[in-house]
Amino acid sequence: MSPKTLYDKIWDAHLVDTTEDGTSLLYIDRHLVHEVTSPQAFEGLRMAGREVHAPDKTIAVPDHNVPTTPDRVDGIKNEESRIQVDALDKNARDFGINYYPVDDIRQGIVHIVGPEQGWTLPGMTVVCGDSHTATHGAFGSLAHGIGTSEVEHVLATQTLIQTKSKNMKVEITGKLHPGVTAKDITLSVIGKTGTAGGTGHVIEYCGEAIRDLSMEGRMTVCNMAIEGGARAGLIAPDETTFEYIMGRPHTPKGAQWETALAWWKTLYSDDDAHWDKVVTLDADEIAPVVTWGTSPEDVLPITATVPAPEDFTGGKVDAVRRSLEYMGLTPGMKLTDIEIDTVFIGSCTNGRIEDLRAVAEIVKGKKVKEGIRAMIVPGSGLVRAQAEEEGLAEIFLAAGFEWRLAGCSMCLAMNPDQLEPGERCAATSNRNFEGRQGRGGRTHLLSPAMAAAAAITGRLTDVREMMTAPEPA
Amino acid sequence: MEKFTKITGIAAPMPQINIDTDMIIPKQFLKTIKRSGLGVNLFDEMRYNSDGSEKPDFVLNKPAYRKTEVLVAGDNFGCGSSREHAPWAIKDFGIRCVIAPGFADIFFNNCFKNGILPITLPQEQIDVLMKDAEKGANARMTVDLEAQTVTTSDGEVFPFAVDAFKKHCLLEGLDDIGLTLAKATEIASFETKAAVQRPWV
Repeated sequence: MSPKTLYDKIWDAHLVDTTEDGTSLLYIDRHLVHEVTSPQAFEGLRMAGREVHAPDKTIAVPDHNVPTTPDRVDGIKNEESRIQVDALDKNARDFGINYYPVDDIRQGIVHIVGPEQGWTLPGMTVVCGDSHTATHGAFGSLAHGIGTSEVEHVLATQTLIQTKSKNMKVEITGKLHPGVTAKDITLSVIGKTGTAGGTGHVIEYCGEAIRDLSMEGRMTVCNMAIEGGARAGLIAPDETTFEYIMGRPHTPKGAQWETALAWWKTLYSDDDAHWDKVVTLDADEIAPVVTWGTSPEDVLPITATVPAPEDFTGGKVDAVRRSLEYMGLTPGMKLTDIEIDTVFIGSCTNGRIEDLRAVAEIVKGKKVKEGIRAMIVPGSGLVRAQAEEEGLAEIFLAAGFEWRLAGCSMCLAMNPDQLEPGERCAATSNRNFEGRQGRGGRTHLLSPAMAAAAAITGRLTDVREMMTAPEPA
Repeated sequence: MEKFTKITGIAAPMPQINIDTDMIIPKQFLKTIKRSGLGVNLFDEMRYNSDGSEKPDFVLNKPAYRKTEVLVAGDNFGCGSSREHAPWAIKDFGIRCVIAPGFADIFFNNCFKNGILPITLPQEQIDVLMKDAEKGANARMTVDLEAQTVTTSDGEVFPFAVDAFKKHCLLEGLDDIGLTLAKATEIASFETKAAVQRPWV
């Protein structure tokens, strides 16, 4: 048998049909649904008189539009948002799919809820009408975003028409330095390969630094595969994965767990598998990074200075000129001299418990700088509850952070959490596009620890300067 | 789905690279539960001032380009989110074809589901098409899907590649779901097999 990559193995296990030209029908194990990209798909089903093919494999949760302030229990004030959330509610109930409504403690960002509830398991195919579906690849599942027409297609048939992507390996060798996190890995990879570097490929992340990451960290890395142009990013499952998923509500139990585990352990890329593209980074060379521009590839170590358009070539020269103007930055200025107005900690990239612990470690006993708006939006109701139980929420509130309810919030500003024109934000989310967090808003992407440091100083800050040295053993 | 066979129309130049889905259709317009009516908000923040007035310098606001049917764009067009609102807005504006050196995968795929033809050509050919598009309303470009060619206003012809299945669906205006449901037997037999092999799914 010819050697296969992890992607090849999952692909082969889900192939329903292939035609001569390579167009394939792939079976979908899990379909996650949220309120923004699904109403037109359900409407299409109704108009054609079709049913949801596998309601037990379909999971819906509202996240993009929901307010994250405590008054949301009184209902969503924005009419359009309310209509979308109500439509999801009706569709979920009419078609009998698994559903976590706004007032359920398990509600949260769809990519946090899926893994938390054990819906996402190794070797699965997972899709959602959302590009950050790549997150679920952290479990060694083939997971990617789809458009609304494809949402309708999966609802109706539980399959997707696909052509196979190429295989790309991203290896992170060695060990990370203190203060350097999964977010810095994933941003550094995009900085190296560019936002189109992974186009047409499925990325497998591997190497010692990836193996050393927790599941939360692995989800952060895979989440941003899409910002590198790859529809899917994945990591082979191992003991860390199995330990994380064991005992969750929708993971197999008893004898079925043993059968599943035996198969999951075969899910890795064979030694001599073929790679169409290979990128290697040395963890030793990765520093805490921030973005300075309006593309996720505009990444530099926090110790660097703002580049000039002339530092680039081709179409990027004009793009950088435009983005520096938009961002209100001057070439040559130190990144650590950039003053911020707002800090946003949350999103499907960094809204998990480990992210919040990293923030608490930095801000404990300190105060958010006067005049800075700083908010922490947990990724799910359960993350919020856990943070309260661990005493993290108290630390955040004492430091002056707003402590919100779960949702996508200011990552894409579809709910009331938005930036004003010119407002500058240190954000743990995934996109720094023009207008992403609000028209005219300026976004700097960074890790939770770096965002925490920025909240305290009021400017982009090297978190390593704020870290306490470990006690001598 | 509306068929795509052959169009001849005005082509607009948008040489900027990395035109993302937030630029194509900003998030405030994703709150609709319909597919139609988004054309007026296509490229909203590039196209309008905050008071709603038009920015005269933006290409689609110029008199020559108000009826654009073909967009010639910079590399990595459509990067960002999976929102199908992006192709819906493009189509609703009246654009049927986007030509660029490269596209983001999800956007590229979404175009085909909506009767829009995305064409990938090498940068040096894009440069020629971009110059042609800059000529304005008198220069009309022809895109022929059957023949797989783009023809400039000067008659210069550029062949392009397209996936055979996607081409077939566009030419015939076929509904994917209908095609897949014709394979219901194959899907059912896969499910029977999978229920034994991976019962936990």
